[in-house]
Amino acid sequence: MATEILMPALSPTMEEGTLAKWLVKEGDTVSSGDILAEIETDKATMEFEAVDEGVMGKILIAEGTEGVKVNTPIAMLLDEGEDADSATVDTAQSQQPAPADKEQSSEDQKAAGLLHPSPAALKIDRSPDWPEGTEMKQTTVREALRDAMAEEMRRDDDVFLMGEEVAEYQGAYKISQGLLDEFGAKRVIDTPITEHGFAGIGVGAAFGGLRPIVEFMTFNFAMQAIDQIINSAAKTLYMSGGQMGCPIVFRGPNGAAARVGAQHSQDYAAWYSMIPGLKVVMPYSAADAKGLMKTAIRDPNPIIFLENEILYGRSFDVPVLDDFTIPFGKAKIWREGSDVTIVSFGIGMTYALEAAEALAKDGIEAEVIDLRTLRPLDYETVIESVKKTNRCVTVEEGFPVGSIGNHLSAYIMTHAFDYLDAPVLNMTGKDVPMPYAANLEKLALVTTKEVIDAVKQVTYR
Amino acid sequence: MAARKTAAKPNVSKDELLHYYREMLLIRRFEEKAGQLYGMGLIGGFCHLYIGQEAVVVGLEAAAEEGDKRVTSYRDHGHMLACGMDPKGVMAELTGREGGYSKGKGGSMHMFSKEKHFYGGHGIVAAQVPIGAGLAFADKYKGNDRVTFTYFGDGAANQGQVYESYNMAELWDLPVIFVIENNQYAMGTSTKRSTKSPSYWERGAAYGIPGEEVDGMDVLAVKAAGEKAVAHCRAGKGPYILEIKTYRYRGHSMSDPAKYRTREEVQKMREERDAIEHVREMLLQGKHASEDDLKAIDKEIKGIVNEAAEFSKESPEPALDELWTDIYAEA
Repeated sequence: MATEILMPALSPTMEEGTLAKWLVKEGDTVSSGDILAEIETDKATMEFEAVDEGVMGKILIAEGTEGVKVNTPIAMLLDEGEDADSATVDTAQSQQPAPADKEQSSEDQKAAGLLHPSPAALKIDRSPDWPEGTEMKQTTVREALRDAMAEEMRRDDDVFLMGEEVAEYQGAYKISQGLLDEFGAKRVIDTPITEHGFAGIGVGAAFGGLRPIVEFMTFNFAMQAIDQIINSAAKTLYMSGGQMGCPIVFRGPNGAAARVGAQHSQDYAAWYSMIPGLKVVMPYSAADAKGLMKTAIRDPNPIIFLENEILYGRSFDVPVLDDFTIPFGKAKIWREGSDVTIVSFGIGMTYALEAAEALAKDGIEAEVIDLRTLRPLDYETVIESVKKTNRCVTVEEGFPVGSIGNHLSAYIMTHAFDYLDAPVLNMTGKDVPMPYAANLEKLALVTTKEVIDAVKQVTYR
Repeated sequence: MAARKTAAKPNVSKDELLHYYREMLLIRRFEEKAGQLYGMGLIGGFCHLYIGQEAVVVGLEAAAEEGDKRVTSYRDHGHMLACGMDPKGVMAELTGREGGYSKGKGGSMHMFSKEKHFYGGHGIVAAQVPIGAGLAFADKYKGNDRVTFTYFGDGAANQGQVYESYNMAELWDLPVIFVIENNQYAMGTSTKRSTKSPSYWERGAAYGIPGEEVDGMDVLAVKAAGEKAVAHCRAGKGPYILEIKTYRYRGHSMSDPAKYRTREEVQKMREERDAIEHVREMLLQGKHASEDDLKAIDKEIKGIVNEAAEFSKESPEPALDELWTDIYAEA
């Protein structure tokens, strides 16, 4: 039975080409791998090989023909002893071309939720983070993070910590103080200074069934490893059709510290929050640092846990509970108010809360929301608040372009447009690399005064 | 590459030879079919064929045991077939269908099988190398004696993360075999033009990792080297490097006109060094099989591949709501 040889597509975008030259003639015997013809695409001249074996029957398209559409029959391949004129074509033999792309109807798209993409609905437990009357203990963010890791390492032998100086040095910022003593060198592992490599080893270990916590001495250094974080950790569950997840926590200090210049002072919150497949956490208080870290370690997905060097030494009340966790996607309202909504996260909360107190003295009651996790993000709490206050100011230390504030502004515009009495203002770091000089650094960061001024602007005071 | 020594291989059984023949032929026929489906527009995007390199994975799989892991680059179809993944599921992933290993959401370069311990399928050159070391880290942590085969090409061998991985793998005695599939071209750049010291396996010496060069067109030589490397790793002695000299007959991907080498060079390899022909000769010369026996195998393999191709065309495209699934695992 004869087989039609079709004009091949030889690049991802080729639709037609020139049949430049036949390298076989009618009557030749060909076997798989023999070069049959040269075909010109828009980019190059390609050799076209035989897949099946047989005898060249009829050449249907002469050499030199331009504009031959992909999947046009260009020749007939005959079985031995077969005659070209009486041959029957075996169309069943793999020769149906690809179906033409059909336009997806808007009904199809609606069915799949394509026209109105919205973040997956979250089922959030809205009950308080801890029961009323729970005993509280003043704890630093540093201790809270350490306690969370230690508790989870006691709970699950597959949890381990790796990074630069995490073991014998007890952590460059002393977050892993005491962990080597308790868990030993098998589970608290000093790495060489090799971020790309150990991030990748962490990802592999997670694929292999462990629960790694990978510390970056700061998130600035994670830039060396960003391919492993984005392309390997975040995307594999999707690319594997749900087969292979990556339960890993990448953690470390993020954002400006003090006087360390442009390469050591950057807030990556907005960068990571853009990536589907990652979850992004950025706590402000010690209680949140602890409860969210424990949730992060138990989560089966890759987590970006953004800490802050300046906050490490601050003390907050932390509930004294055996197993205290906070779910992702649940914002915390630190202060209720009716005049304006201030939304922030991480160290931005410092400015937000200071501003709110100062504003209260002027008779402006601000509602202050700490997002706590940026992916998933608690849109509901923000929108409910804006519907009440009709005004919103966002506060973060990151760069202004493509910021979390920008995203929230768009979201609020889409979902609460009619409730807004003023434009949403985004208070951010300035659009400059971080300068070293003390006075310029101060100028580059967002300040409490700027937040106060922004609130006055949106409340028309 | 030196001409093959067709010395007698006294220790090879008929069954073993037939197994290699069958496995290598399956990969070749599968890849030829994939090339054809690509030409018909049924497979899209990038498609990197393994034709010519079959002896590498088939030889190393013969040295592997149940539970050993493997991870590789985007030229991954051969690895998946050799570790026992279903040709239908692989082909249907190439055509982007529901029946593919990743439900059509991964494509040629991104496939996985937990069941067969195949950890991808990675599209970023050399990203799989620290991942492979990490898989080995997990096995060492758990205290089993499994080994991870981490495959990468001569092109990837110049990436920095390979050497970061070498350092940590040897520092922590990780049971990982770094398999450099040296097919002599990183896309269109020959090793001569990219690398001052082209003996890639020797680079392990800087980290204390032993290694060797292997004739990748001889499946028996690959298997023997693989067994040695596996024994080293299982004994807890840390990583091992195999630089396997091989050759790809086709372009880097389907859209590569391959103008960086001559047709004669490719033809010479095919005629003088082809790994499948080599085993075929051994089978015939050793009177292990007749021409008719081999023809029957050819026919059987062709049947498997045609069945896979049919499945890959008949399997429906993924449902539209698959767009939104598998982004996060349920917490």
